[in-house]
Amino acid sequence: MLLFRYRAREGMLAWAFHRISGVAIWLFVVVHVVDIYLVGGDPKAYNTILQVYASPGGRIAEVLLGAALLYHALNGLRILIIDLWPAMTVYHRALWYASWVIFVAVGIPGAFIILRPVIGPALGIGA
Amino acid sequence: MVTIDPRTAGRARPQGSGFELFVWYVMRITGVMLFVLALAHFSILHFLFDPSQESATWIATQRWNSLIWRVFDWTLLMTVLFHSFMGVRTVVIDYVHGERPRLLLMSALYIVGLVLFVAGTSVVLTLPDKVL
Repeated sequence: MLLFRYRAREGMLAWAFHRISGVAIWLFVVVHVVDIYLVGGDPKAYNTILQVYASPGGRIAEVLLGAALLYHALNGLRILIIDLWPAMTVYHRALWYASWVIFVAVGIPGAFIILRPVIGPALGIGA
Repeated sequence: MVTIDPRTAGRARPQGSGFELFVWYVMRITGVMLFVLALAHFSILHFLFDPSQESATWIATQRWNSLIWRVFDWTLLMTVLFHSFMGVRTVVIDYVHGERPRLLLMSALYIVGLVLFVAGTSVVLTLPDKVL
């Protein structure tokens, strides 16, 4: 894969992930404004779409959406810190690793809550 | 003077003044707003509540039963539309160099953005407190 092929360093990966997650979130926003428009325009159609969101496949997609949002938000904060405080550029790698620590710490429990109706019964803790 | 490698951080601050510098600043301001608004919105609708309960009736009677949440979601809509469409505009500028393809894509982008602005605003303003 091009991203990892030739000496892709942290900064370049941070940039590539930011762009990929950003475009993914944009695509979801386009879909989401349309489905919320249907709450007024065609509530029955909205309720049908909602069943997809609440399905196991929909929940996995929501975990991926949440991951894209969280990464984009944390890396965006890192960009802002470097923009406002250029001396921090020296520490851009450390900031990126710190953002991954927060990503895992927030993301794992978050993914668990979203997936609980799917994985809960299998783990014997209920939906 | 520390020079910033555009690959290590965000887009380099545009030189001079004008539209590009304006967009650069507003991307950062809306970015900070979205850090709060978008993450709160996602947390409320996926952690506090669950999609399985968020029917059209629930949105009309519970979620949007107060002006505060309608204002919150409309502010989120305006912020996310600006931030995401200006972000995709940057992607188009980076990868599409032909004059005609770029004009076509930009026009399509702004038209879709405008349609979402109108659709989203109208549903926030007009959704009755009871549907179905």
